[in-house]
Amino acid sequence: MTAAWAAVGVVGAVTVAIKSAGTMLLRGGELPPRAATMIELLAPVMLAALVVTNAFGGDHRLLLDPRAAGLAAATLPIALRAPILVTVVVAAAAAALVRALA
Amino acid sequence: MGSWRRYRTGVRAAAPLAVAVGAFGISYGVLAREAGMGWLAPLVMSATTFAGSAQFAVASVLGAGGGVAAACVAAILLNARYAPIGMSVAGTLHGGFLKRLAEAQLVVDESWALSNRGGGRFDRSTLIGAGSLLYLAWVAGTTAGVAGGNLIGDPNNLGLDAAFPALFLALLWGQLRSRRAVVAALCGAAIALAVTPFAKPGIPLIAACVACLTGWEGRPRQSRSELAAEEAG
Repeated sequence: MTAAWAAVGVVGAVTVAIKSAGTMLLRGGELPPRAATMIELLAPVMLAALVVTNAFGGDHRLLLDPRAAGLAAATLPIALRAPILVTVVVAAAAAALVRALA
Repeated sequence: MGSWRRYRTGVRAAAPLAVAVGAFGISYGVLAREAGMGWLAPLVMSATTFAGSAQFAVASVLGAGGGVAAACVAAILLNARYAPIGMSVAGTLHGGFLKRLAEAQLVVDESWALSNRGGGRFDRSTLIGAGSLLYLAWVAGTTAGVAGGNLIGDPNNLGLDAAFPALFLALLWGQLRSRRAVVAALCGAAIALAVTPFAKPGIPLIAACVACLTGWEGRPRQSRSELAAEEAG
């Protein structure tokens, strides 16, 4: 029990600090143009990294599992500019189907 | 009322994700109880930490007898990405210290991605609306998980784990408006994949930020008219 509460306290406090550091430190200060350009690129970079780590990431290894089938299936609704709900449901259904068949 | 309508946009955008987030909240509650964290600690953690992957890491490390230090390090490494993410939305949050502190807690991968309007701009109402709904879904799911046990079984059987990469791909697609963004995204994905076998989860996301350096020689912030011209072209 005490171990759990220690982890809850430490992780909670550090996470709150990490999440609010940006708005606390950069308040009102304009970033230099070069930094602003790189912060702009953070969105595509982080999204791309989130795609591949959520689809293929494991603990210290890369995995090819039903998530990959879900991601592959999602490319069709994305290419057709379907709403996000459709994209997410198609991906989940494809992954569930592959998992059920495997 | 106008602002409520805009919050509603974020709530709507996040609704399909809220189902997946709620289901993972349930499985977190179940896993945390099985890991010996009791019922109140997981609930408090969902309400204060609000970061799924970090909380799963804590439960799994503690459950495996890995010790508090290892659990905290794993969780903090997973959440380190919120430092650059927080910087990117710094200009979007306004108001007093406590207001910004509270709003910054609503920044999670999904709410951040949904509120991203490209070119370094973020929609505050979408961020708050989506973040609030996902927060409620996460806490409610955790409550159900610690209280009722696992009625839905493994959410992965419903394919819910595939919902997240699909969402991020859909949102990434809308971001690839310039050659520079495409190059940066490809570099980021390559770095994340290359680092994954050698590092704890969470590190690949931080390492991927190096790909932002591809913008070192680029022009500064694009104006709306430049973006419009690129889209038209």
